[in-house]
Amino acid sequence: MKYTEEHEWLDNKDGVITVGITGHAATQLGDVVFVELPEVGLEVTKGEEIVVIESVKAASDILAPLDGEITEVNEALADAPGLVNEDPEAAWFFRMTTTTPEEMDGMMDEDAYKDFSGDA
Amino acid sequence: MRDDIDLLPLPLDALHRALGAKMVPFAGYSMPVQYPAGVMAEHLHTRSQAGLFDVSHMGQVLLRGPDAAAAAERLIPVDLVGLAQGRQRYGMLTLPEGGVADDLMAARRGDELYLVVNGAMKQADLALLKHGLPDHEVILLEDRALLALQGPEAEAALAALVPMVATMRFMDVATAPWRGADLWISRSGYTGEDGFEISLPADAAEAFARALLDDDRVLPIGLGARDSLRLEAGMPLYGQDLTPETTPVEADLGWAIQKVRRGGGARAGGFPGAEVILSQLTAGAPRRRVGLVPDGRAPMRAGVALYESETSTTPIGSVTSGGFGPSVGGPISMGYVPAECRQGTTLYGDLRGRRLPVRVTDLPFHTPRYKR
Repeated sequence: MKYTEEHEWLDNKDGVITVGITGHAATQLGDVVFVELPEVGLEVTKGEEIVVIESVKAASDILAPLDGEITEVNEALADAPGLVNEDPEAAWFFRMTTTTPEEMDGMMDEDAYKDFSGDA
Repeated sequence: MRDDIDLLPLPLDALHRALGAKMVPFAGYSMPVQYPAGVMAEHLHTRSQAGLFDVSHMGQVLLRGPDAAAAAERLIPVDLVGLAQGRQRYGMLTLPEGGVADDLMAARRGDELYLVVNGAMKQADLALLKHGLPDHEVILLEDRALLALQGPEAEAALAALVPMVATMRFMDVATAPWRGADLWISRSGYTGEDGFEISLPADAAEAFARALLDDDRVLPIGLGARDSLRLEAGMPLYGQDLTPETTPVEADLGWAIQKVRRGGGARAGGFPGAEVILSQLTAGAPRRRVGLVPDGRAPMRAGVALYESETSTTPIGSVTSGGFGPSVGGPISMGYVPAECRQGTTLYGDLRGRRLPVRVTDLPFHTPRYKR
């Protein structure tokens, strides 16, 4: 599992990367009430806003963690956005393939992320 | 990290932090936005049992001097002369162009008038009151805290400490002692639930709050849930839904202006903006504050522009408050639309570049349960 400074987790299985947000991020957001997912097949650029996530408090975005293509989205979140708070490690947002897999090597591992987020 | 160096702490600051509140800047104070339960749970708890809110940032003002109620009618377009002892009513300070300078609660306290005004506006309100009433004393009570206890169990929880509150009706005000502290209690609130607002000496506030929180039915509630509760109850928030650019009639607050202050009434007019406001009361206002229910799940928050169709280029209104209504179970908003947009009209809100349908509806979204 790898982590970004935007509080996303990335799980790479044979080149298909599953992306969600961390428990720390879910707690900071508060109760999630709406999730707008990208379309499957969308070509994305790292840093692009591709998911809208709204909590009772505010709207925010999830950014594409890498260059690549969206291959699958978690439709369950559209109907039950609260899953993000219940189990953020299981509530994935989308799966993607990437043209820059080497960038994941530079991302934080779990210990580094805990230090980064202050949840150590 | 502390970025609230310049913020004033409220009397209950230590208690909020001990309860695990997330503190944010609001109206110049450091205020609890939520506790560990979270906004959704806090909101639902207030609707099902009782929530305790610290609203000590609000301005508590005494108006003292000859015929204080009659004098205040020069600035406030509601019937204050006819307001009985032991009763309070909702009102607003108006501006010469007919806009609203602030909204408030006014209660008779003997010969004095006791006003509760918005925290962010209290200094401006004081200036306005002092300027408009030069022969009266205008006193900001800085040594009193203000708590609100709201919800169906509020009466039982408060009566356990102060039994007399069980006899109060909606909008009654009364005083009562508690362990030597002088409580000023009103049966009112800002959530659409039955409940009370309790003004008390700042140095007694923590002990009193802890006594209420010792009751299992009572949870502390932050600003986040206060906002979603009042939104469901259809109540305007000053600075968003109510501003110097909105008249009371446009804001759908005409009900607050009694007949005696309207055209033909014994004390008609005589307040700032009377010409505009009284004429709108008879002829109608060009736009009005309404409820808005977006299709689907996406909340439409303050600032979303409203269009007549999916393709029209000029907005005809805008959202002034919006979010998710936990008791409604979906997104709700309020905003201003042209008067001819009746209930059921579909408009289109511009959300991140897309036009999404939103239905005009009457307020409130949640029917209040007051004890009349």
